[in-house]
Amino acid sequence: MSDSRDTRRARPHPLLKMVAAPSALALSALLLSGCGARDDADSGSAAASCVDTSKDSIKIGSLHSLTGTMAISEVTVANSTKLAVDQINAAGGVMGKQIRIVAEDGASDPKTFAEKAEKLVSSDCVAAVFGGWTSASRKAMKPKFETLNSLLFYPVQYEGLEDSKNIFYTGATTNQQIVPALDYLKQKGVTSLYLVGSDYVFPQTANREIKAYAAANGIEIKGEDYAPLGSTDFSTIVNKVRNAKAGAVFNTLNGDSNVAFFREYANAGLKAAEMPVISVSIAEEEVTGIGPQNIAGQLTAWNYYQTVDSPQNKAFVDAYKAGYGAGKPTSDPMEAAYTSVFLWKNMVEKAKSFAVPDIQNAADGVTFDAPEGTVTVDGANHHITKTARIGEIHPDGLIYTVWDSGKPIPPDPYLKSYEWAAGLK
Amino acid sequence: MEVAVGQLFTGLSLGSILLLAALGLSLTFGQMGVINMAHGEFIMAGCYTTFVVQQVVHATGVALIVSLFAGFLVGGLLGAALEMGLIRWMYDRPLDTLLVTFGVGLILQQLARNIFGAPAKNVVVPEWLSGGLTLAGTVVPKTRLFILVLAVVAVAVLAVALKTTPLGRRIRAVVQNRDLAETSGISSRTTDIGTFFIGSGLAAVAGVALTLIGSTSPTIGQSYLVDAFLVVVIGGLGQIRGTVLAAFALGLLNSFIEYSTTASVAKVIVFVLIVVFLQVRPQGLFTVRTRSLA
Repeated sequence: MSDSRDTRRARPHPLLKMVAAPSALALSALLLSGCGARDDADSGSAAASCVDTSKDSIKIGSLHSLTGTMAISEVTVANSTKLAVDQINAAGGVMGKQIRIVAEDGASDPKTFAEKAEKLVSSDCVAAVFGGWTSASRKAMKPKFETLNSLLFYPVQYEGLEDSKNIFYTGATTNQQIVPALDYLKQKGVTSLYLVGSDYVFPQTANREIKAYAAANGIEIKGEDYAPLGSTDFSTIVNKVRNAKAGAVFNTLNGDSNVAFFREYANAGLKAAEMPVISVSIAEEEVTGIGPQNIAGQLTAWNYYQTVDSPQNKAFVDAYKAGYGAGKPTSDPMEAAYTSVFLWKNMVEKAKSFAVPDIQNAADGVTFDAPEGTVTVDGANHHITKTARIGEIHPDGLIYTVWDSGKPIPPDPYLKSYEWAAGLK
Repeated sequence: MEVAVGQLFTGLSLGSILLLAALGLSLTFGQMGVINMAHGEFIMAGCYTTFVVQQVVHATGVALIVSLFAGFLVGGLLGAALEMGLIRWMYDRPLDTLLVTFGVGLILQQLARNIFGAPAKNVVVPEWLSGGLTLAGTVVPKTRLFILVLAVVAVAVLAVALKTTPLGRRIRAVVQNRDLAETSGISSRTTDIGTFFIGSGLAAVAGVALTLIGSTSPTIGQSYLVDAFLVVVIGGLGQIRGTVLAAFALGLLNSFIEYSTTASVAKVIVFVLIVVFLQVRPQGLFTVRTRSLA
């Protein structure tokens, strides 16, 4: 009985077969061509810009998660965007126009980021948008900015392997953060590494790059572990790390997981002096959460710390604390967001225009004396030069530079200048 | 050898955390059949109670001990309020309790976010609990030893309370046969409230313990809720000894599998094993023998 049912299901209607094969072919052809076609989609500026330059003010968009899980990080970034705008307005604005911020909430949701980006560009008619934090939100917004031919300034370090003429990347790309961190460890005589990260895009991509570097530089990878995002149980991972006896741990954990990881690490008797942990996403704010006594002596790789000693940084830190509270630390993405607004202003003034094509043409070589040091826009890939800094966490909860690259490192998002990175895509 | 001892202890430690998280649920879900999705938020209430107590009592050791009692009280009162305000109307509609308590859980999360802010809060671990002890060649964190002892004490107290106190006897009577218990003059209303008080209070005690290993955020309860339900279901509904056994079995299984694979793979393997186990024994490790006709 069951036999007859099975045969009926297994034998499709002849007509269906006739339609199925060609349409499957057509579909796959469509998918294939879709991949290739994307790049020329923005060659003609299809969307006419609706930016109104006739008034004595100009609108920009600020698009960050003001609610949801990312709000903790992004609110401070939105604050420093506003700080920069206030300072520029007080000094006379951009080409004589005051800047007005249209603020939107991405709500920690990539879909919302894409929708709000479209709204800011097509109905609020902003001249540029400053926003995003997670790679997922950036990836969701990217096609919107490309089809509408508008500009996004993205302020957070990320995994690289991307560029767009509609996005200016003002956070570090891999060769300005991860590669210098590896160079530093190598120079300190570290010959083996243990990789610990959260289970999502950034750590996995970063670890692929780290493994390629290690293979080319004679560094042994003793192990690689990913914890689910938000995980708070690290006893097994810490046991594995201890038994592996690596020279150092490269940490790409995100958010709260760091607290549980470092507490476990300290309690299990592992010390920074014997097996240091170098982290790429711990800022001053996370250190307070972990408890400085549990993490003192450990290393971080960033481009900016609150303790960076420069007149520009002193002014930035003082202004931020005056505006948002004396106890509020400044962090790397905040500094990048602050710098973004000034870079946009300088591009507009160099182009003498708010139009996107003019800004794109003028972008190359635009510079700003940022709190982290002088940064310069690379017109070819729309990233900026950044000074790399290795920091050591002190018991006072602040991070102090123990090594820096001395001069700004040119961006290389695809790691083209590194032979070991040839296989990475 | 060192590795085995280390992982054995890690498994026991994970088991003790699961046990604390599931113990209260074993009462409210296992014995009363209420699918309490707000159980995780009672755990969270315990975490925040610890944080608040530490703001008031600065001696961290004293604060921790005070928190255990304060947390039990806060969790208990929240649970009793939930029972009196909502759950009492829907004892014969278990699926409705799921939706209602899920809503309550979301409200409590938002409440915590409004009161304490979205960024995670952190409790300072007392000096005498930081660092580790060397046992059989491996370093064992003191915080985890403390949690292990706490779990054992909690189970012992609960077992004795259920066996010997009048409330405990009433709880067991109501669980076995609600109608018969009422005819014998037991008020099932006060017993229900009492059960919820104890179950939710125990959840908050688990929360107090969790502040020692991680940070406190409004969503912390969510990460333990599913595990707690699993433990209760595997243990067999309404069985304290089943809950204990299931918690340690899951903890050990997880730690040994994770050591030889990765955290994500271990979770998958453990889930597959659970599914297989429940196919073979849908009633869990132990079953309740009851005189009820249901």
